[in-house]
Amino acid sequence: MSKILIIGQQAEGKLNSGIAKVVNAAKAIGGEIHVVVFAADGSAAAAQAAAIDGVTKVIQIDRAENDHGLAVIVEPQIVALAKTGYSHVFAAGTTFGKDLLPRVAAKLGVQQVSDIMAVHGATSFDRPIYAGNAILTVEAPAEPCVVATIRLASFQAAGDAAAAAPIEKQTLDVTLPTHTRFVKLEAQKSERPELQSATRVVSGGRALASSENFSIIYSLADKLKAGVGASRAAVDSGYVPNDMQVGQTGKIIAPELYFAIGISGAIQHLAGIKDARTIVAINKDPEAPIFEVADYGLVGDLFTLVPELESKV
Amino acid sequence: MKALVSVKRVIDYNVRIQVKPDGSGVVTDGVKHSVNPFDEIAMEEAVRLKEKGKVTEIIAVTVGGAKCEETLRTALAFGADRAVHVKVDEEIQSLTAAQALAAVFKKEGTEIFFLGKQAIDDDAAQTGQMVAALLDLPQATFASKVDIDGGKATVTREVDAGLETLEIDLPAIITTDLRLNEPRYLKLPDIMKAKKKPIEVVSLADLGVTAAAALKRVKVATPPKRSKGVMVKTVDELVTALKGKGLI
Repeated sequence: MSKILIIGQQAEGKLNSGIAKVVNAAKAIGGEIHVVVFAADGSAAAAQAAAIDGVTKVIQIDRAENDHGLAVIVEPQIVALAKTGYSHVFAAGTTFGKDLLPRVAAKLGVQQVSDIMAVHGATSFDRPIYAGNAILTVEAPAEPCVVATIRLASFQAAGDAAAAAPIEKQTLDVTLPTHTRFVKLEAQKSERPELQSATRVVSGGRALASSENFSIIYSLADKLKAGVGASRAAVDSGYVPNDMQVGQTGKIIAPELYFAIGISGAIQHLAGIKDARTIVAINKDPEAPIFEVADYGLVGDLFTLVPELESKV
Repeated sequence: MKALVSVKRVIDYNVRIQVKPDGSGVVTDGVKHSVNPFDEIAMEEAVRLKEKGKVTEIIAVTVGGAKCEETLRTALAFGADRAVHVKVDEEIQSLTAAQALAAVFKKEGTEIFFLGKQAIDDDAAQTGQMVAALLDLPQATFASKVDIDGGKATVTREVDAGLETLEIDLPAIITTDLRLNEPRYLKLPDIMKAKKKPIEVVSLADLGVTAAAALKRVKVATPPKRSKGVMVKTVDELVTALKGKGLI
């Protein structure tokens, strides 16, 4: 029977919202599902993990060095745990998971499956390649273990458990490296919904033409209680910070409703929004590729159309 | 200090790829290939460090078939001093590539290794991290700023929450994000000069690498197409349509 270890990504006592989606991917395989939380004090995050439906046990590993979730610090601990009989090690396809998990795979001597978008069985998965323009089905060797990241845009979050799973505090006798030191995190503080979990997202592109003009995007987003995203062009032009970038090299999102405003729709951007339920495009160029994927397209000047839209929703 | 830079030959990022009808892969014959865009950024960063006098020699490395020689020539035109071609005719996956790259890193006595954060063909984003793990070295992935001084690197990383800064001891592995730099255009004289620079060809066996067990490719398919959308004429029409579907 499968025994799945999920890395319970957390920051400042809050479990990453993607973990409930990873649990759902693991449920498609079945068997025992354990979530492991690494932190200086992981009590709060462990309790949140224990409350997710499908989780059978939470392992809490408190250690001062785990404070910032550095890959080189967490990796030897996961490798030690994985060797205690896990058939699968899963992480969310976040920057944390992508940074960490290939290290784990290499130490275990296995190829990693990146960005699983569908689970067919314990070792059979679909994943996107070529910026999502092709879907690859792979069969991973079952031995010694399957190591994979889960594409969050492809899975719904598991619900709340009827009864919380047991939390087990463990200590691992592992020597940790000192060659990597955390200096600082410059976080973008935002009151808006987080891009990767927002049900509605409004994104702006190069056509906004300035950082100031982005205010019409924020304003529409606030009216719709939506997250705000951007194309690479808007980020590179300095209109918005890079963590707002949606696309192959930014965030992959799957909201119910996506507004692409002043975004032409390059392959790399489309890779990030293909799974949005409904796509609305507003662009002055009727030939823009975004209209090929949009469910609703509106051709015209965004500077008049967006404020009008805001006033009418 | 020697810098190693890995480059991968991939289908050009502007090409609309086509899945083969038999599901065995994507069409690659007669399709334009280029250096993976993230690897150009890795190359550019190494060249800038050399221009600042922090790096004395740049070695470009690739793992792949005969056609990868042109990829190495591009790296040499960029400013690499010499190149190593780990020639492998069959398709290889990340861990095997990482084993080969780690072996080259050790053999060459390099102190810093730049790789792209991901290749735009398999989109795996694994190799740099795997090399770092195999060598038990620090890694700074998704780098958007790199400062090297006194046997250490201070690296700003693009993470979901914003920008994270790490200080790592050298030797170290760094993978490059889009915003690290703007790669330069190649000049004809540099392309000509690159033809004379040396490329050493080695095999996995020469490096003592046995290919790791691979993920079996079952099939490659075209993603489901989105159904054709509608063009609306006015904001009112759009609002009515979205309200009708219960989306707003």
